[in-house]
Amino acid sequence: MLTLDNLTIAYERHPAVHHVSGSFAEGTLTALIGPNGAGKSSLIKALAGLVKPSGGRIDRHGLSPCDIAYLPQMLAIDDSFPMPVLDVVLMGHWRRVGALGAIGAAERDAALRALSAVGLDGFERRRFASLSIGQQQRALFARVMVADSPIILLDEPFSAIDSRTVEDLLALIHRWHQEGRTIVAVLHDMAQVRDHFPQSLLLARRLVAWGPTAEVLRPAVLEQARMMGEAWDDHAPPCAGAA
Amino acid sequence: MLYDWLIAPFADYAFLRRALVACLALSLGGAPVGVFLVLRRMSLIGDTLAHSVLPGAAAGFIIAGLSLPAMSLGGFLAGLAVALMAGLISRITPQKEDASFAAFFTISLALGVLMVSLRGNAVDLMHVLFGSILAVDDSALYLMAGVATVSLAVFAAIYRGLVAECFDPLFLRSVRAPGGLYHIAFLVMAVANMVSGFQTLGTLMAVGLMMLSATAARFWAREIWGLILVAAAISFGASLVGLLLSFHGDLPSGPTIVLVAGIVYLVSLAVGPRQGLLAGLERRRHLQH
Repeated sequence: MLTLDNLTIAYERHPAVHHVSGSFAEGTLTALIGPNGAGKSSLIKALAGLVKPSGGRIDRHGLSPCDIAYLPQMLAIDDSFPMPVLDVVLMGHWRRVGALGAIGAAERDAALRALSAVGLDGFERRRFASLSIGQQQRALFARVMVADSPIILLDEPFSAIDSRTVEDLLALIHRWHQEGRTIVAVLHDMAQVRDHFPQSLLLARRLVAWGPTAEVLRPAVLEQARMMGEAWDDHAPPCAGAA
Repeated sequence: MLYDWLIAPFADYAFLRRALVACLALSLGGAPVGVFLVLRRMSLIGDTLAHSVLPGAAAGFIIAGLSLPAMSLGGFLAGLAVALMAGLISRITPQKEDASFAAFFTISLALGVLMVSLRGNAVDLMHVLFGSILAVDDSALYLMAGVATVSLAVFAAIYRGLVAECFDPLFLRSVRAPGGLYHIAFLVMAVANMVSGFQTLGTLMAVGLMMLSATAARFWAREIWGLILVAAAISFGASLVGLLLSFHGDLPSGPTIVLVAGIVYLVSLAVGPRQGLLAGLERRRHLQH
């Protein structure tokens, strides 16, 4: 479970996310949605412990940020770097083996099983850079799988991904959900959210709505989010509560 | 004939044997540095680091004369200062690392030239920049072997973290691994290897050998460990051939070695099986049919 208490995130004192409170209950599957620049990535980075809140707090209920599996946006990855696919997936063991711990047969097997589960059987010696975007995202999902975390955060997992891969990866997310993991994913496709994500959090730098997807995705609520996104003044003075 | 050309020089002359051992140490220690500099798109930063060693070496020279330990220590501290300042500035301000490197190395180089011209002469400056491989003594050999040993051990320890930091720094931060520390350890090892090379090849030629062999390796090997092995082999091979050429042809050894490495690079560029020009042509022809 993750609880946000009056959370504010700011970059160079300009708040990206304002005073958000609420909880991701254990075992929930939540879509994090909102217009461009709404602070979705900032919020998910804060949940992963990558960005320090400038106000309020995140209660991880005894978990450390390392216990959370985080899938960065694909843009953050240097895909020209000569990494074999298997090594990418093995990174998922970091929490247990660290920089120096041995990677034995058990870790290797887990990685190969994960590759098989994402449909990349036989790709382990291929270079990550030589895969298609969809295959690369599959490999990164395998890395998340290997981490075996109770909480999984996915930042735009489906942008620029082919529909066949999206379907397969959605099935994988459902499986994680059934295993009782708590999952938060930044998404753009509303139909996808309606069909696959029971909970939604709609963000427009402030919290607009958070609850069952059917209630969050009402036209009136979406319109409100759009207005809030457009009305935002980028040059407003830093928020007093953010300091 | 072959014996006369290949073996006899080393059998007959102790200074050539020392030079060869020095090159072996330099090749082993420098290979991972060069490979990671290339992979991290910091190829030119190696060059700037090499220049920034100068004022430290000059300060060592002014204080202790032509003493290897003093000049090495000075050079190491100066290189380290530039590397750390550049790394730090890029982390606490929006300045990119290469821009801060360019700024600091220029200051460092100017300071070095000023110091040398105040106290030394052009010959000393040439010595620091281009080295004299045929004058390697015991203390220099120990220093180089020591640096190579420590450097390989450090690379073994930071290897996994450094690779992860290059590939996906956000992931590494999300598991609370000290990515910055790996980067700094890497820069420290880069400086150490350049300083280790300055007695023999001079800082400029040492970094040249490092970068040429690492770039050439990209045409032959796929994975990082393979790149490092190939780079070390190219570097040592070029040193061996370069030493022999310089001995028989009475050429300056540093530039000769680097030029041999340059030829290996050009040949690799042409015929290397991975992304080499010939391999590219072959592939295109294959696709057309």
